[in-house]
Amino acid sequence: MSQHDPRLILLDPRDNVFVARTRLPAGEPIETGTGPAVIDRDIALAHKIARRAIAPGEKILKYGAPIGVATEAIAAGHHVHVQNMKSDYTPTYHLEDERAGTFPSPLAGEGGAARSAVTDEGSRNQAGEPG
Amino acid sequence: MKAMNHLQGYLRSDGRKGIRNVVAVAYLVECAHHVAREIALPWREHEVHAIGFPGCYPNPYAERMMEQLCTHPNVGAVLLVSLGCESFNKYALERVVHASGRPVKTIVIQGTGGTRASIKEGRAWVEEQRIALDAAETVPMQVSELVIGTVCGGSDGTSGITGNPAAGRAFDQLIAEGASCIFEETGELIGCEHIMAARAITPELGLELEKSVAKAARYYATLGYGSFAAGNAAGGLSTIEEKSMGAYAKSGASPISGLLKPGDVPPRGGLYLLDVVPDGEVRFGFPNINDNAEIAELIACGAHCVLFVTGRGSVVGSAISPVVKICANPETYRRMSDDMDVDAGRILEGKAGLDEVGTEIRNLVVSLAQGGRTKSEELGHQEFILTYKSFEPLGPACLPAA
Repeated sequence: MSQHDPRLILLDPRDNVFVARTRLPAGEPIETGTGPAVIDRDIALAHKIARRAIAPGEKILKYGAPIGVATEAIAAGHHVHVQNMKSDYTPTYHLEDERAGTFPSPLAGEGGAARSAVTDEGSRNQAGEPG
Repeated sequence: MKAMNHLQGYLRSDGRKGIRNVVAVAYLVECAHHVAREIALPWREHEVHAIGFPGCYPNPYAERMMEQLCTHPNVGAVLLVSLGCESFNKYALERVVHASGRPVKTIVIQGTGGTRASIKEGRAWVEEQRIALDAAETVPMQVSELVIGTVCGGSDGTSGITGNPAAGRAFDQLIAEGASCIFEETGELIGCEHIMAARAITPELGLELEKSVAKAARYYATLGYGSFAAGNAAGGLSTIEEKSMGAYAKSGASPISGLLKPGDVPPRGGLYLLDVVPDGEVRFGFPNINDNAEIAELIACGAHCVLFVTGRGSVVGSAISPVVKICANPETYRRMSDDMDVDAGRILEGKAGLDEVGTEIRNLVVSLAQGGRTKSEELGHQEFILTYKSFEPLGPACLPAA
């Protein structure tokens, strides 16, 4: 298995999502570690991207813990957020632009320059699992 | 680095020490707020802070909060400002402050003759107190005498990866040095209750921790919203569980020594969970209508300072105790660095590790007892809010080591 894209953080080996270390534009090719994928829409800093295909009803795992459930099929490389997942506890309140995926990006175009010296192993230690 | 640990504090009659020597000007109903604010105005940069309770009708929680805030170790003198006809028990509050050895005076606006006369009388009294407090001697203080709170606000997807775990590392260091650290937001621990309960020093306390989160889940379900704002979603957080996992990281890895409610002071060093969700039926609305409501509650528990982790970019400070702003998001930090004390976003960019930023936060906390000031203090932030709530006293399992 090859390394995943250094622009993505894998917080826990059990996770089915990555966290974006930088902004990523729609159409950007990424490496998931088990194969290539393409970003489906503009991704803002620290948003989630599917590490592999996720089935409807499957738990979304981040920090090695369930943070909600997929409401539809999600392809690898696609944005995982309020448009395709929901809470197992209380509904998420958000403004309309979230589902449309049109992020107000005052710094759009500035992303992508971040250094990524941290390895996958390092990112777990550096970025930390809670607890 | 011995010099790093030479703290100085103001000794109070209850043995606690303050790292600030504030005159609190406390309005006892919103109708007295303007007069209190005007009294404090000339000293806006010289440790005279307006706090108060806006309600006209009695509330035991608010009265206890005001007692704890007016006798907080960072407070050296208290001016109470009453309109005259409100229900707040000004006599009881004045007695408590007086018994603590602090100078205290009550101005009743209706008796003094209105706005102008009350401001004049209030300012004359504050002037005298300020002169006396500015001449006060400090005494040596240990890190173990510090109480530190933590809160996160304006969270986004970076908060739980950089700022919150870095604050957790700072907590672990401070607890190892004997300090008392308090985390809170049970409404943002939903989904983490079982892993958290496993860290309690007794199984009975673990049960209390789980119950406090279940209470929060029930409370928010009744209200129809989680502890989740629109900006959280814009910042990449999709659910309350996800926000919770990030928020939980603020607690670090130390054992949990007890459960507190607003105004309860930790009995000894260690890590404590502050339960801010009211007991009983859902009354009076949201448990935490904004970040400052929780900051005031942490301060009422004796917090000398509060670590505030933000991703989207909060600018707030607080009356009475300094707020240390830890910015989790590197883009936000670049945009708002004037407001931020710590750039934790550099962890995301691979420029620093969690332990390094944790140590930086720990050292910053200690520096506040060595003459250091936070960005929000320099900018004059003195936000304060207190509203209606109701709590039952702590159960016997909540403080097993007390």
